[in-house]
Amino acid sequence: MPEPTSPRGGRAGRGGGPGRARLLLRAVALGYLAALLVLPVGLVLWRTFAGGLGPVLSSLADHSVLHAFQITAIVAVAAVVLNTFFGLGVALLLARHRFAGKRALNALIDLPVAVSPVVVGLALILVYGRFAPVGSWLEGLGFQVIFSLPGMIIATVFVSLPLVVREVQPVLVEIGIDQEQAAWTLGAGRFTTFRRITLPAIRWALAYGVVLTLARAMGEFGAVAVVSGRLVDKTQTVTLLVEERFQNFDQVTAYATSCVMAVIAILTMIAINVLRPTSLAEKESA
Amino acid sequence: MGIRAHNVCKSFGSFVALDNVSVDIPSGSLTALLGPSGGGKSTLLRVIAGLEVPDHGRIEIAGEDATALSPQSRGVGFVFQHYAAFKHLSVFRNVAFGLEIRKRPKDEIAKRVRELLELVHLDQFADRLPSQLSGGQRQRMALARALAVEPRVMLLDEPFGALDAKVRKELREWLRRLHDEVHVTTVFVTHDQEEAMEVADEIVVINNGLVEQVGRPDQLYDRPANDFVMGFLGPVTRIGGQMVRPHDIEVLRTPEDGSLRATVTRIVRLGFEVRVDLSIDGEDAWAQVTRAQASSDNLAEGETVWVRPIRPTGHPLHAVG
Amino acid sequence: MGRGPGLGVGVATLWLSLVVLIPLAAVTLRAGENGWGGFWAAVTAPEAASALRLTLGAAVVVSIVDVVFGTLVAWVLVRDHFRGERVVEVLIDLPFALPTIVAGLVLLSLYGATSPLGIHLAYTRAGVVMALLFVTLPFVVRTVQPVLAELDPEMEDAAASLGAGRITTFRRIVLPNLLPAISAGAALSFARAISEFGSTVLISGNLPFKTQVAAVHIFGQIETDNVTGAAAVSTVLLVVALLVLVALDLLSRWGAKRA
Repeated sequence: MPEPTSPRGGRAGRGGGPGRARLLLRAVALGYLAALLVLPVGLVLWRTFAGGLGPVLSSLADHSVLHAFQITAIVAVAAVVLNTFFGLGVALLLARHRFAGKRALNALIDLPVAVSPVVVGLALILVYGRFAPVGSWLEGLGFQVIFSLPGMIIATVFVSLPLVVREVQPVLVEIGIDQEQAAWTLGAGRFTTFRRITLPAIRWALAYGVVLTLARAMGEFGAVAVVSGRLVDKTQTVTLLVEERFQNFDQVTAYATSCVMAVIAILTMIAINVLRPTSLAEKESA
Repeated sequence: MGIRAHNVCKSFGSFVALDNVSVDIPSGSLTALLGPSGGGKSTLLRVIAGLEVPDHGRIEIAGEDATALSPQSRGVGFVFQHYAAFKHLSVFRNVAFGLEIRKRPKDEIAKRVRELLELVHLDQFADRLPSQLSGGQRQRMALARALAVEPRVMLLDEPFGALDAKVRKELREWLRRLHDEVHVTTVFVTHDQEEAMEVADEIVVINNGLVEQVGRPDQLYDRPANDFVMGFLGPVTRIGGQMVRPHDIEVLRTPEDGSLRATVTRIVRLGFEVRVDLSIDGEDAWAQVTRAQASSDNLAEGETVWVRPIRPTGHPLHAVG
Repeated sequence: MGRGPGLGVGVATLWLSLVVLIPLAAVTLRAGENGWGGFWAAVTAPEAASALRLTLGAAVVVSIVDVVFGTLVAWVLVRDHFRGERVVEVLIDLPFALPTIVAGLVLLSLYGATSPLGIHLAYTRAGVVMALLFVTLPFVVRTVQPVLAELDPEMEDAAASLGAGRITTFRRIVLPNLLPAISAGAALSFARAISEFGSTVLISGNLPFKTQVAAVHIFGQIETDNVTGAAAVSTVLLVVALLVLVALDLLSRWGAKRA
């Protein structure tokens, strides 16, 4: 029975090679991706070096730029460390224990992803700002949160909160408790069991979660824009720098730093695409 | 190194898994906890191991009260139905795990692990990963791993349940031989009565959280404490309101004392034995006779025969263990 | 099984409260500072209302476009095989990995005033939509891909053997099975689109009543010290986001039932 051609391509091509429908779909999909992703990024990479390598390197060597990279690094790494500990702990709690309020905790973990970054910043100012309840108390102790690194770290922790938990939790559930119990009967205490048995079993999922968190942390803009006060050479991250330089018509620096972030992003994407299937395989081999 | 459970109770929510269970497992024996799924036998095993905490009751291992001890300190070797292999470690490292935890010197570990791998015939596979082994091999590795730390008792939770029939039979014999060599008090859980009868010195039948009977395989088979044990351990059929073993039925051509009239509905020849399906007063039953008897009596479908139990079974004089 | 989870739960709850719950509660409290009337006035103020309308409208449009193109891209990635497939696969994650402000810059350079293509979307709503399309691209693709890959090909074979052509098979067999995943992706897209800030800042030019999205509006209100107004609009966004989360939860149950 002859099959009518359809605009939706299908499996096993008939006759030789892919049909017209399939090629059309492919073209539309790739065209969309090109117009939205590839061309814009490509253009920026091209324009960055339009004036030669020199201006690019000298703008990147600017001390404010270097300082911004340093701030981003500190904030991102701090957020990753905090969220890794929190993420592992909560994942273990949710996967291995029963307790009152478990469903609520499980639902709350996803909350940060749905909150606008600017709202995150606002929320933190209202609690930790100089004239806010907790903030003023901390201020009295000489500890400034808002317009300072701690606030930026908390904001970054907020926006990337669920990432490690949600990668590790399903793997913990899948591998089940048998291996851990076997280790107990062989004499391993809880921490030893965690270190030698649980952690190796989730290492790829954990790595994936950490990479996602790092990428999210480095890319954060809205929340840190609000809580940092955007003080150049003090609390300015790379993302804040890009915006500030662009608004001040320093295109070269804006493009150059964007270029660096784009390269970092590409490395991240490669890492994600290596780690994602490995962590899925970890889940399936359970 | 015997095991004693005293009045153990365990519930999961409203489900009662163990209802005041007491068992006494002699030192050096190979005991089966036998029963249907969900009956409580795995729960009891895990309570003995310390992997479940009972609501009430006491556990004694080798004469010591172990109830408050963690699984780490009970000196039990535990083997899981799905092997619980440490997937990221080689076979060697798996077996060595317990010894590494105890910080034994490397050469001592290597020697002991090699010994054990030879014992379980896995010495060729020492550097492989568990994923490269078959199910049966993984379970042998798990046994070696548990034995490595010289446990006082060995507990096996449906150890052959995840394996296919042929491997299961092989490993059953192998477990028996291993026990004969190693002599550690061993308890294993199974729902397969053939397995329990073939392997164990003693069987504890557990159903619905209660101990139905304890005894040697032949005791349980020939003198079951109740209908449940009788039905679980071997084939049964009903004649005249009594539960009888099909091979304990006499099939006669003429009426005799205590015999009932029956019609042959079907005859199936299964190798040496012949299964005779009967209809007695509208109720279905069946008897197992030898080929010789079937042919000498000229049994055929539709014929009328008289049947009676060879020896009265009823309820035995022994109380439930 | 040894010590209970009590300490862990306590610590997790404390951390969550300090970082997430108390701050978010503070926003809703501040929004209600002037009572229900004050809240309503802040939310229906001309600039705020316009920003919210634009944001919600744009998010709906973006979600629909994402559904169509996201499903298409997922289809091509799963069912089609071509040179450079792996590269495209990796590319989909670009919006996750690239900072939003850089995304905005990147779009502006191609579609803004200095566009080599002659397309000028700066200061337009189309520009805002384009920015949102960029950041929401991966959501539908990544939710649909695994479901599509797992789809039992024998279902389509059965349909073909019963006389169904390609379109019919897609419409009646494939699409219904993808629906939970598509909806989940659309919900994620929508939630992301209403919250988006960084990528819209540059290309929109931040023109009130024209291209100012809710997040940018809130930012402006914070900067000009109208914190209560900012909190009010924030609360609206939070409520919408919560509804989306609930919808996602229901969708995942629906999807699980069909599995």
